[in-house]
Amino acid sequence: MLGQILYALPFLAQGFALTLWVSLLVVVLSLIAGVLMGVGLIYGPAPLRWAVRIFSDTIRGIPILVLIFFVYYGLPAVGVHLQSFWAAVLALTLFKTAQVVEYLRGAVASIPKGQSEAAMAIGLTFRQRLAYVIFPQAFRRFLPPWINGVTDAVKGSALVSLLGITDLMQAINQVIGRTYEAMPLYILGALVYFAVNYALSLASRRLERRFSFIRE
Amino acid sequence: MSANANAPLLDVRDVSKAFGTVEVLRAVSLEVKRGEVVSVIGPSGSGKTTLLRCVNFLESYDSGSIRIDGKEVGYREAGARQRRSERDLAAMRAETGMVFQSFNLFPHLTAAGNIMLGLRKVRGKSEAEARKIAEHWLGRVGLAHKADSLPAELSGGQQQRVGIARAVAMEPKILLLDEITSALDPELVGEVLEVVRSLAEDGMTMLMVTHEMAFARDASSRIVFMADGSVSAAGPPAEILGTEIDNERLRNFLARFRASHF
Amino acid sequence: MGYALNFNLIWRHFDKLWGGLLLSLELAVISIAIGIVIGLVLAVWYVSAGRVVRTVIAAYVEFIRNVPLILLVYLVFYGLPTVVDIAYSAQTSFIATLSLYSGAYLVEVFRSGLEAVPSGQIDAGKAIGLTPWQRLVHVRLPTMLRITLPALSNTFLSLFKDTSVASVISVPELTYGAQWINFNTFRIVEVYLVVTAMYLVTGYVLLFALRLVERRFRAAR
Repeated sequence: MLGQILYALPFLAQGFALTLWVSLLVVVLSLIAGVLMGVGLIYGPAPLRWAVRIFSDTIRGIPILVLIFFVYYGLPAVGVHLQSFWAAVLALTLFKTAQVVEYLRGAVASIPKGQSEAAMAIGLTFRQRLAYVIFPQAFRRFLPPWINGVTDAVKGSALVSLLGITDLMQAINQVIGRTYEAMPLYILGALVYFAVNYALSLASRRLERRFSFIRE
Repeated sequence: MSANANAPLLDVRDVSKAFGTVEVLRAVSLEVKRGEVVSVIGPSGSGKTTLLRCVNFLESYDSGSIRIDGKEVGYREAGARQRRSERDLAAMRAETGMVFQSFNLFPHLTAAGNIMLGLRKVRGKSEAEARKIAEHWLGRVGLAHKADSLPAELSGGQQQRVGIARAVAMEPKILLLDEITSALDPELVGEVLEVVRSLAEDGMTMLMVTHEMAFARDASSRIVFMADGSVSAAGPPAEILGTEIDNERLRNFLARFRASHF
Repeated sequence: MGYALNFNLIWRHFDKLWGGLLLSLELAVISIAIGIVIGLVLAVWYVSAGRVVRTVIAAYVEFIRNVPLILLVYLVFYGLPTVVDIAYSAQTSFIATLSLYSGAYLVEVFRSGLEAVPSGQIDAGKAIGLTPWQRLVHVRLPTMLRITLPALSNTFLSLFKDTSVASVISVPELTYGAQWINFNTFRIVEVYLVVTAMYLVTGYVLLFALRLVERRFRAAR
């Protein structure tokens, strides 16, 4: 039993690398898209605000799995052909983008109104207020939940196995298909996911403490 | 100096403002001359804080005019009431300093950093120059040794003194003080008022909303009593806070005030 | 593009979606009911227990929260029966998984809720001579439930969405129904549009209902 699993380790490691690669792409792309849309939601003109609100509420209102199938099977139906890998990345990115939008909105909303007013009172323009007063503070409130939310990308990436992409989840299922060692392999997989995500959540908690405005 | 040195520095004329159906300011007029210290007193909800916030356009006003050094504050001079551009408003606000009840220091910046931000980004001073000015004003408020402390590391009284330094370092034409001691523990009020007193002695023009009657009496050239959104009485401290008062609302306000404070 | 929407085939098989939606709700309701029991018991135990018990409970919570749900579903359905002598249907297996899953999230919710009960209330309970058990049942739990109700609602809503993972072990809930129509009619865009709408409408109806319940409880305070 142990021999069979050891033999499969390189294959599992490849799957794990793909899991990390998908997660990384999703995290980076959703950060860019989410920050742009978040700023649009907070400061944009009414039509843009509405568009972002509808996008975010819709995405957050449906299961990720439905989103993944919708993108994967739906895009070719309307003539857009993406490799399954990129369809998966696109779907997960949409899901994470909605999250980033909400984190950003929450972070900016948590800055007291007096901060903006004090910045106005010394004569800073709108852009200067954002750049020097609001965003530096919002950033510290955004970062811990965002890092914690990276775990959602890693966990969500396990669903791409359903599209035939050989990520860690799919690699485990394939090895089980050959060896029938279901329990040890699922536990091994669970421990790997756990290690990655638990480290991220610890980092998030530590940052949260560091980012309170009190020096230790 | 402007053309007419005798013209009021701040000229508020017939300013009205409503939040929905509630009228918070009803045709308020008042003047502050260069070097004057004017205190606004009155019961809560009388519109005094709103008036102060209109002076640097943190609130807009519905009608009337507010001029600082002859220049209309929130709206363009010519034609219909058209709001000034964002850039214009910022430039106007840089001419008025404001100190807030809740300090509103920027928590991510040090005491010196709080003061330097406006000097650098609005006044365009170099880092070294801004630092020098910040240190000068921190010295004036007795906090030279706290230049590199974060707001969270300062007491309430110290934070408010930094707040004052931040406002005056911009060399505003007028300083607006909005109940700046109301959020402080009683034992910290004195150190803040001391700073205000010394600024007054230096000739800083100030408009302050306050509940500190004794301080208003000692430090002000004039006192304005507001009730229900309008100026109910105005005059020198001796007249307004004296014993011979015809104004019934003022008499009631002072009686209630004395009953709760002494 | 040139894709003409045609919903006829969707309506013909709508029973698959409607039945699926009802099953999704059923899975979510049963799972959160069991999850609440798990969460309550472990949270009460946690706040009064020693180090070892706390560590074990925390390990359970952290493990579940940091592993993908789909892996837990596979583990319980395909993995567990290979080492323990049990047999269960996919549906039962999924309910067990989702119950353990929601239980882990609810331990956290209830634990912080219990800690948020003002100590003055507990003192008042002591002062009128209540036993520790009476204080728990009559003072701490009712107050804690009121505090945690919004978080409980949110957990239920996200659980309702999580039921879609049951489709991977062929439990015929809503997402499974969508895939069935997807593969059998190829009206792909239509079916996912309809299913998206069904998840959204159900979610918002639930949200609205739960907020009403919350308001009732707040008013009763």
